[in-house]
Amino acid sequence: MRQRGLAFWLSASAVGVIVVAAALAEALSPYGPNEQDIAQRLQAPGLTHLLGTDEVGRDILSRLIFGARISLLVGVIAVGVSCPVGVLVGLVAGYAGRRTDDVLMRITDIQLAVPTILLAIAVVAVLGPGLWNVILTLSVTGWTLYARLTRGEALTIKSRDFVQAARATGAGDARIMVRHVLPNVLSPVIVVAVFAVANMIILEATLSFLGLGVEPRVVTWGRMLNGGRLYLSTAWWLTAFPGLAIFVTVLAVNLLGDHLRDWLDPRLRNTLGGDQL
Amino acid sequence: MAFGVSVLVFALVHLSGDPVLLMVSSDAPPDVVDTTRRALGFDRPLYQQLAQYLVRAAQGDLGVSLRSQRPVATLIAERLPATVELTLAALLLAVVTAVPLGIVSAVKRGSPVDRLAMVGAVAGQAIPIFWLALLLIALFGVRLRWLPVFGRGSLAHLVLPALSLSTIILGRLARLVRSSMLEVLGQDYVRTARAKGLAEPRVLALHALRNAAIPIVTLLGLQFAQLLGGAVVTETIFAWPGIGRLVVEAIFNRDFPVVQGVVLVVSLIFVAVSVVVDLAYAALDPRLRSEAA
Repeated sequence: MRQRGLAFWLSASAVGVIVVAAALAEALSPYGPNEQDIAQRLQAPGLTHLLGTDEVGRDILSRLIFGARISLLVGVIAVGVSCPVGVLVGLVAGYAGRRTDDVLMRITDIQLAVPTILLAIAVVAVLGPGLWNVILTLSVTGWTLYARLTRGEALTIKSRDFVQAARATGAGDARIMVRHVLPNVLSPVIVVAVFAVANMIILEATLSFLGLGVEPRVVTWGRMLNGGRLYLSTAWWLTAFPGLAIFVTVLAVNLLGDHLRDWLDPRLRNTLGGDQL
Repeated sequence: MAFGVSVLVFALVHLSGDPVLLMVSSDAPPDVVDTTRRALGFDRPLYQQLAQYLVRAAQGDLGVSLRSQRPVATLIAERLPATVELTLAALLLAVVTAVPLGIVSAVKRGSPVDRLAMVGAVAGQAIPIFWLALLLIALFGVRLRWLPVFGRGSLAHLVLPALSLSTIILGRLARLVRSSMLEVLGQDYVRTARAKGLAEPRVLALHALRNAAIPIVTLLGLQFAQLLGGAVVTETIFAWPGIGRLVVEAIFNRDFPVVQGVVLVVSLIFVAVSVVVDLAYAALDPRLRSEAA
């Protein structure tokens, strides 16, 4: 129990720090994210630049703080869009059954056959780079997870007595779905959504790393890593810190997800994300 | 399924409205745009284009690369063995690490070994593979100079890319092996096997692991798509000449027939793997055999 408490508090504080840093980036960062000082290029971590500077003399710490904003924004909005869409599709498929279910689940299966990252790079290549295109792309690739999950839950719940009772008292389909089925699928959906935020952060970083993400002016952790790979042998801080930032954020969000799962729905302990530490 | 994926891939390039504008440079004069449109058949109605695409794809004709003017199917066929080699190596590496790790964790539940393994598994799930790849390059390639970091050739070339790629599924797999084993270790048949005096390794391998195998094989099948996707990133970093690197190059060259072709082929491989997984169920669990037949 004590172990879980420690992991929980560590990850909660890590997420807290990252959220505050992202929100107050202007106030907290010592330099501007794109402020260049060629005379100070490739400085190792030190007193003037705590985490060093990159190849054109930009402050790594300031860029990390501004990068947190993009990572969180993309992760949260992409999940905020894809989750309701997926839940709606899953509810309709599971509740309506028959032809509707067949068609919707076939579409889901087809999309699931394409690896997420491959689909994402193909879609973003077609749509073009840009923050909103990246968010749209990740939303498009993310909804299937919720659809499958919600459908499964809806299928089991719709035959339960309380749903039959609601129908007997004259409740319509929409009312039954929203008032009786939806609340019962919400717990697993929330848990999956938390894990999905972490996934989206990695996906966004991957797209940026490949040079397919947001506009060059916007600072992201993935882009910082991509820029730093040319200096692997001479300036380790260019790749170490952005990578660490992604790693810590994803780890913290995943651990919070684990905790949330145990708390919301202990039945799921072995089905989503795996065991507790 | 294959039909559906083809339609999705076809729709992809039409997402932007006008695929021709994706393929010519942004400052191309209007007559060049028109000529390209006619040459590639984009001036015809959408349903005709789709029908033509499907008929050709079914015959193995995935179009011609806009850049190299070579058939897309040939380009993919040249690069596919490298990707298969990399993904299978990563899969093997993940299985030989995660399965023993998961079993030991389950058997020695709560021990320091278990805790360490599970902390490692959780960390492995969170580490972005492109960062891990860079760290491996910095350590083994640049600092220690033990292993080559670019290209394909000897077995040594395979080590770092396969190692990075395997972490995509390693953590998840180890945790699942552990939880599946924990579940079956408490079952009566395991107690019976022990009671009749079987040696512990035999109990674990024959009685426990075999029964825990179904969720593990399911996960491997599902995660195969992630491996193929991860190959895109790994191949790009290590200059591994597979279809992942091909698709990234094609995107930068606006070579959309190649992008379409790779997405289609990768999805078909995944569909084929799913079928194999279904067949594996029957082999693993005799109870499922009559249903499968």
